[in-house]
Amino acid sequence: MARKTDAHEKPPPSKDFTLDRRKAFPALIGDPSDVLFIAGLAGTAKDVADICGKRNNYFALAGVMGGAVSMGLGLALAQPKRRVIVATGDGELIMNVGSLAVCGVMNPPNLAIVCVDNGHYGETGYQKSHTSQGVDLEQIAMGSGIRITRTVNNEGQIVEAARLLRQSNGVSFILLRVAPTPPPSLKRDLDAGRAKDAFRTSLLGA
Amino acid sequence: MSRMAVKRAGKTEPKPDGQPWAHDLYDYLRSQNVTQFSYVPDAGHRVMIDRSLADPDAYSVPLATEEEGVALAAGAWLGGGRSVVMMQSSGVGNCINFLSLVKGGRFPFLMFISMRGDFGEGNPWQMPMGQAVEPILAAMGVLCVRIDRPEDVLPTASAALTMAYQSGQAVAVLLTQKLLGAKQF
Repeated sequence: MARKTDAHEKPPPSKDFTLDRRKAFPALIGDPSDVLFIAGLAGTAKDVADICGKRNNYFALAGVMGGAVSMGLGLALAQPKRRVIVATGDGELIMNVGSLAVCGVMNPPNLAIVCVDNGHYGETGYQKSHTSQGVDLEQIAMGSGIRITRTVNNEGQIVEAARLLRQSNGVSFILLRVAPTPPPSLKRDLDAGRAKDAFRTSLLGA
Repeated sequence: MSRMAVKRAGKTEPKPDGQPWAHDLYDYLRSQNVTQFSYVPDAGHRVMIDRSLADPDAYSVPLATEEEGVALAAGAWLGGGRSVVMMQSSGVGNCINFLSLVKGGRFPFLMFISMRGDFGEGNPWQMPMGQAVEPILAAMGVLCVRIDRPEDVLPTASAALTMAYQSGQAVAVLLTQKLLGAKQF
């Protein structure tokens, strides 16, 4: 049974989880063409695939839950001249929050992490995740040594967060709080080998 | 003897390096353009870790948990980089699901495992994972090569690196307790 909230405790935030991810995520990213993306499984894979279209500048997981941030770190260290953005969901990130600590220590100047936080495990039936029950991933990122962090709860906060994603000279973390509504609907090629080869051909020409 | 006890005795004998082959291994990997060294620390990887920390041209990545190193290496490969992971045998269990990325994506992958729970092990807690390392890695499509003797380190590492980066395989190099010495605790 869940613990009851005591009267003296901070009440849960009331205006969270209202943005539409299908509008807020593209607005936060802007022009995707000059960025290298790693997307987590489920919702964020579709968010990223939708904005990238036929470009091959993204690699999206369809398993390996919890791996997106570490994969983005490896890519960012290998491609220091390119901006790397990791998009991951709250459920995925909560599985490997330690990877934020690794990013805090390494602090690559070209890595940005966007957590699309809808407070739920959308792919599996919208079970409540930890973040709609008091867990704050921005604070975990801050405590992990990531110095550039923001939470975006409304449209007015998108512009500054978008600038940080593009211009920060150190790893940045944006918590994009969105409503628990479906991501863009599209069919994906689930062959990771083909996706890897397409990404490398596009980036490295080999 | 604890460090404090050594100090009290007024004697601070420098600890012998003990792993001359590890310096050769590090130099070899660097000569083959490996630039990312990730790890959860283990005494068996001490020299390699220290060398990567002191190397201004390589990244030394302290992992929170071993599976991060698998994803890190795949990300590095996407960007044209070479990233190797070092862990104790107990960390192999943490990697199982993430090895799906390596197998499904046909990523080249090279890992170095310092063995516990093997030849001469004195800590029963280490035995289950130590004995499960090879079956687990085989089940996930990772080829295992064992090194028992210092003179085999470089030839075996060279073979493993070729299998990984030229033949696109996932390869684990097992640094055994015959090589590293068995711990009695």
